[in-house]
Amino acid sequence: MSIETIKMPHLGESVTEASLSLWIVKAGDQINKYDPIAEAVSDKVTTEIPSNYTGVVKDLLIDTDMDVAIGTPIMTIETADAGKSPSENGNGKAAKMQTEEFIDHLNEEIDKAGSQPIERTTESVNRESALHSDKEKGHSPRYSPAVMRISQERGIDLSEVEGTGKHGRITRKDVLQFNPAAKPEAGMNTKVADTVAKRKQNDQPDRMPAEQEHAHKGFQATEYSVPADGIRKAIAKKMVQSTTEIPHAWMMVEADVSNIVALREKTKDQFREQEGVSLSYFPFFVKAVVQALKKHPVINTSWKEGSIIYHGEINLSIAVATDEHLFVPVIKKADGYSISGLSREISRLAELARRGKLTSADMQGGTMTLNNTGSFGSIQSMGIINHPQAAILQVESISKRFVPTADGGFKAADMVNLCLSIDHRIIDGLQAGRFLQTVKDNLNRYSSEEDLY
Amino acid sequence: MTMAMMTYLEAIKKGIEEEMARDERVVIFGEDVGGVKGGVFGVTKGLAEKFGEERCFNTPLTEGQIGGLAVGLGLVGYRPIGEFQFADYILPAVNQLISEASRMRYRTKGDWTAPVVYRAPYGGGVRGGLYHSQSTEKVLFGQPGLRIVTPSSPHDAKGLIKAAIRCDDPVLFYEHKRLYRLLKEDVPEEDYTVPLDKANVVREGEDLTVIAYGMVLNHALKAAETLSEEGIEAEIVDVRSLYPLDKETLVKAAKKTGKVLLVTEDNLEGSIMSEISAVIAEEALFDLDAPIRRLAGPDSPSMPYAIALERAFLVDEDKVRTAMRELAEF
Repeated sequence: MSIETIKMPHLGESVTEASLSLWIVKAGDQINKYDPIAEAVSDKVTTEIPSNYTGVVKDLLIDTDMDVAIGTPIMTIETADAGKSPSENGNGKAAKMQTEEFIDHLNEEIDKAGSQPIERTTESVNRESALHSDKEKGHSPRYSPAVMRISQERGIDLSEVEGTGKHGRITRKDVLQFNPAAKPEAGMNTKVADTVAKRKQNDQPDRMPAEQEHAHKGFQATEYSVPADGIRKAIAKKMVQSTTEIPHAWMMVEADVSNIVALREKTKDQFREQEGVSLSYFPFFVKAVVQALKKHPVINTSWKEGSIIYHGEINLSIAVATDEHLFVPVIKKADGYSISGLSREISRLAELARRGKLTSADMQGGTMTLNNTGSFGSIQSMGIINHPQAAILQVESISKRFVPTADGGFKAADMVNLCLSIDHRIIDGLQAGRFLQTVKDNLNRYSSEEDLY
Repeated sequence: MTMAMMTYLEAIKKGIEEEMARDERVVIFGEDVGGVKGGVFGVTKGLAEKFGEERCFNTPLTEGQIGGLAVGLGLVGYRPIGEFQFADYILPAVNQLISEASRMRYRTKGDWTAPVVYRAPYGGGVRGGLYHSQSTEKVLFGQPGLRIVTPSSPHDAKGLIKAAIRCDDPVLFYEHKRLYRLLKEDVPEEDYTVPLDKANVVREGEDLTVIAYGMVLNHALKAAETLSEEGIEAEIVDVRSLYPLDKETLVKAAKKTGKVLLVTEDNLEGSIMSEISAVIAEEALFDLDAPIRRLAGPDSPSMPYAIALERAFLVDEDKVRTAMRELAEF
């Protein structure tokens, strides 16, 4: 006969204490090794504690719901196997006896690993087209051996290749994919162009076969018809509803965003390194609009059966174009984000859209829409309001223009047009004008790096 | 082909059992290996009962003798499997492994061989402390004549142990302790072997190549899945044959992406990854797009026992993922 102690076991990473929610055994019970004796709870898990021994339960040493440190004795048990009394002095063979316990401990650890087995399937690997980061200008004059070799073999002038690696380094992939004929345009279009290139390259089955077929056919002298796919039909229905139900009115202002262009130029490299996403202009506009919506809640509304619904949340729909479709995912509670937070959220939603992974939840609940038409090179456009919202703002291309200064001279400024469409049932020109003025004021405020965070 | 769900440990055991049934020259021995105990982890449990105490038996706590007994039995016609209870305990047998087993063909001009398998559970992450966590493969690496293999999946575990037993050369068979019950997969119930000298591409990708074995290989596979969601696709190679290295497969995989991450649980200096790095540098320079990176344990004497220190020492999934992402973005 010997008395053994059972301790509170390790329950997982970073768990230092735990309590028992239930004693499964009571004093006097005859139990077998591995029988559950109690249920332990920690902040992470509820686990059954197995007995390490066969024998008769002697004392329960702790009450339930009492936090104790891992390793605290919780129960004693009287075991039948007589000879097994580990000696305290650890030399020679006695040390080997203690090894028994140690081996049990090791097996426990291995068992723990086995309690969440990685079940491997024999399925082959799945591959998806790679994500493309925004291209940045290559500053680095140092090329890897692979880049040197491939560029020499193919006669590629490396000064024409845009690097996508760290600090704009030209990577082996950049050279492999370089096509001197088709230099991608800047901004969002780059990504779209890349996606198209990638898709053509891989020639993989597309998720919109009808559209793809259409695209491959190109112009033909004879007329032909292609059935619209589901997404196209949904867009069509929504557009008809918007234009028939909502009386649109339109207003455009121009804003000087030289300060934002300068700020982005100054911080984009570091931002990309720190945040893992590139800093585009769009989040600045999102932020400016969100702040303006706080001041002009009438823009953040919906017309519903003779009433005006003022929305309690600012959920900003953003238009994301893929080469086939336009998606409008929603930045939920957009007023909770900094510029850097918006950058990440926009990048996340855009990526989901490009990969066709947006869920309907991602696209619901928008209260106003912001459309980055500038990425297509547009300088002026009339947006159709995203029903049942009351307004859509088109952010056009930023372009350098000469503008008069206050002292009668001229300066080169980075100018942008902001085109607002409003539901004239709810909003009048006055409110629209005031709203746009606030957006302009907000845009003017960004000047230092601190504004990003 | 009929399949059965098996852990890594069960797959090793199954392989040994099948070979013992197939060939009566196969014997297995070591500390606590025989009797009802069947090894400290239970790999040989039931084998003594099934094949008799003469084919599955205990030895004294004398690793040098386990090493030598295997060589002797091999020379007189047996197919011996000597188990070192932990890879850490192998050191007293190094003379037998290096000077005797691995030199037998050379010394006898090919007249004699030592068709021996030495099994050794290695690796940490099981709170085993100094004597039960180490990776000792680099100590025995680079000895022409001594093959070293390690499986990193149940499928390979069964096929590799069978190939090792049938091999006429001495084979040092490393088993990662933490994988024993962690990994489960469908394993063919039929007789099959896995080549002893081939690395294995376990995942294909275009953005970077990760070369690893053991627990860290499994970290890399998991990290690769999450990185795939970020658009980073990793090619992952299981070294499997630690010595001699399958240079052809390793170099080919390195050339495919030009970005190579070598991961080992061992400490960095002089690890097997150091040799792989040298091979790639020699043979793939003009295909490299980034410096070869090694991710390994710190250069401290051993895996610590204290849990916080053990965690700090171990290369975990996060560390692998971060290193993979950094290299992909380079």
